[in-house]
Amino acid sequence: MAGVRRVLPRRLVGLASLRAAQCQTVGMRLRQTRSLNSFMLLPETSSKHIGCALKEITTAVLKQKIAEVSTLSMGTFPKQVKIVEVGPRDGLQNEKNVVPTPVKIKLIDMLSEAGLPVIEATSFVSPKWVPQMADHTEVLKGIQKFPGISYPVLTPNMKGFEAAVAAGAKEVSVFGAASELFSKKNINCSIEESFHRMGEVLQAAQAAGIPVRGYVSCVLGCPYEGKISPAKVAEVAKKLYSMGCYEISLGDTIGVGTPGLMKDMLSAVTREVPVAAVAVHCHDTYGQALANTLMALQMGVSVVDSSVAGLGGCPYAQGASGNLATEDLVYMLTGLGIHTGVNFQKLLEAGDFICQVLNRKNGSKVAQASCKL
Amino acid sequence: MYVTPQESDHLPGLPEYVKIVEVGPRDGLQNETVIVPTDIKIEFINQLSQTGLSVIEVTSFVSSKWVPQMADHAEVMKGIHRYPGIRYPVLTPNLQGFHRAVAAGATEISVFGAASESFCKKNINCSIEESMGKFEDVIKSARQMNIPARGYVSCALGCPYEGSITPQKVTEQVSKRLYSMGCYEISLGDTTGVGTPGSMKRMLERVMKEIPPAALAVHCHDTYGQALANILTALQPWVSWCVFQMGITVVDSAVSGLGGCPYAKGASGNVATEDLIYMLNGLGLNTGVNLYKVMEAGDFICKAVNKTTNSKVAQASFKP
Repeated sequence: MAGVRRVLPRRLVGLASLRAAQCQTVGMRLRQTRSLNSFMLLPETSSKHIGCALKEITTAVLKQKIAEVSTLSMGTFPKQVKIVEVGPRDGLQNEKNVVPTPVKIKLIDMLSEAGLPVIEATSFVSPKWVPQMADHTEVLKGIQKFPGISYPVLTPNMKGFEAAVAAGAKEVSVFGAASELFSKKNINCSIEESFHRMGEVLQAAQAAGIPVRGYVSCVLGCPYEGKISPAKVAEVAKKLYSMGCYEISLGDTIGVGTPGLMKDMLSAVTREVPVAAVAVHCHDTYGQALANTLMALQMGVSVVDSSVAGLGGCPYAQGASGNLATEDLVYMLTGLGIHTGVNFQKLLEAGDFICQVLNRKNGSKVAQASCKL
Repeated sequence: MYVTPQESDHLPGLPEYVKIVEVGPRDGLQNETVIVPTDIKIEFINQLSQTGLSVIEVTSFVSSKWVPQMADHAEVMKGIHRYPGIRYPVLTPNLQGFHRAVAAGATEISVFGAASESFCKKNINCSIEESMGKFEDVIKSARQMNIPARGYVSCALGCPYEGSITPQKVTEQVSKRLYSMGCYEISLGDTTGVGTPGSMKRMLERVMKEIPPAALAVHCHDTYGQALANILTALQPWVSWCVFQMGITVVDSAVSGLGGCPYAKGASGNVATEDLIYMLNGLGLNTGVNLYKVMEAGDFICKAVNKTTNSKVAQASFKP
């Protein structure tokens, strides 16, 4: 028996949560190593189990368990992350002060110089609803279009889409929600009706060769409905992807999510949409954005939305902060050795510029720490 | 009403319970520009005692010449209500401070090492080696009196003077030594908040080769907004060389994110206890702490130091 034991490799990694039944099935047991709180997975020594264990070592059960731990183990980050800068749109849209057109143009130009690969420029929505974006045409026409940088714009319906194309848009975004109530209150229609609207835009965009990005709001919680099931998010994401959106940005719109919820939600979505086509859009209302983004990266997501200087408030929580700050995100990614292509100094300058104009404190902690008083 | 985060299913490998060590009254107030009156400090600590926190660092028996904010250490220690089941450690940088602390009724103490020579020199005016000698005296005396000692290691992820600090140095020169001297727990501090999840993991991997995770804590500053991401990293298990390694289960934080950063003007300080609790609750981890009561204590102390809270959870949801 001892001889047989020597042949068996000491394999892998046991999980504290590996249920006893499964241990028995594969003829394995957990043994705590000398250094506390770590475990090794060892085969059972009885001859009855050895044959079974040999076979079972290579079964899917163990592979699955390793995979489970691997998503929590830190070796699985993407080599590069594409940052989608939403400050000029999502950020400014939620700021109290309306920013003059030349300032918006300058901000976007500065962000382009900072090397951000995607900068959401504006929103072709009715100024009646979003007065901060009333100058959408002038902004899109006025900015410098750097080669290699995309400047998507929001187009909630056909009217917005046509105006965007007339103004020179080469990429557009559409907005869905994982919550019926939010959909009703935000865009005045049900989720199903919103698919119909988006479908029209997608069809027209495809005909014009214009790529479309899809957003899903309330993926980790809704200000009206509260809890949102991962299955619902996956259903909406799948629909947008199948309609032709090249990328689906999953938004924690009110920032209530925490890393476990992020993991559960992404597990559900990535069963329907390839992870390479998934982005996360975290709001920092409860300070959870970077931790949630980290979990998303561990799950294989490699596209992250953020807003320079953490621009934007939260219309659902007075006094609360808004988007994840691009500077703080870049700081973390750089520390992880993940390539972003962003010039950090120029990014800080852009954030500093817009905060001065808005007369507000910079929402980025990195910027606050770097400021020389 | 405060917002209770929706709980996820318990993530595999995460601990069931996380102990929060509240350092607001000491690390927090020590770095605030406003010096808080003694009676306010006492009321603040008494409020914290009613939140469910099990460890509250009260004060620091350091010379008032160096840290005037903590000059009233004896009065605070004697004045607070000591709830059963709650521990009230105090900082004692040397034997003199230790004896004063004991005379004032302290039943747990902490010592502060640093993984950087330059930081050690600038902060406590001696080399790492000399500081170890001082701590050895304190810890020995503490052990003789059955007083538990906690060890802090500053600059575990970087130093404002030396830049990067190797995990090897954190482990061999400081952590391991404090642990072998008899500290029951080693709190690894990202003193200037420069760490990121990768550097946190590398440092912990190294330290855990010498010190069991159950005896470790992380103390993250949020100067660069990285604290919660770093803490999440520290909590998570990992797989390495056929060994499954559990993460840490003790986290230091300060209510309202009290404390600035003396090395980066205008920067924020400690990770906010409220934001930490929010994340842990959402992860389905037990802390025993009532988030709303913590926000109330935070509101109280912020009014006293005349500043807005650094806790995003409190900003978003606290209604007194």
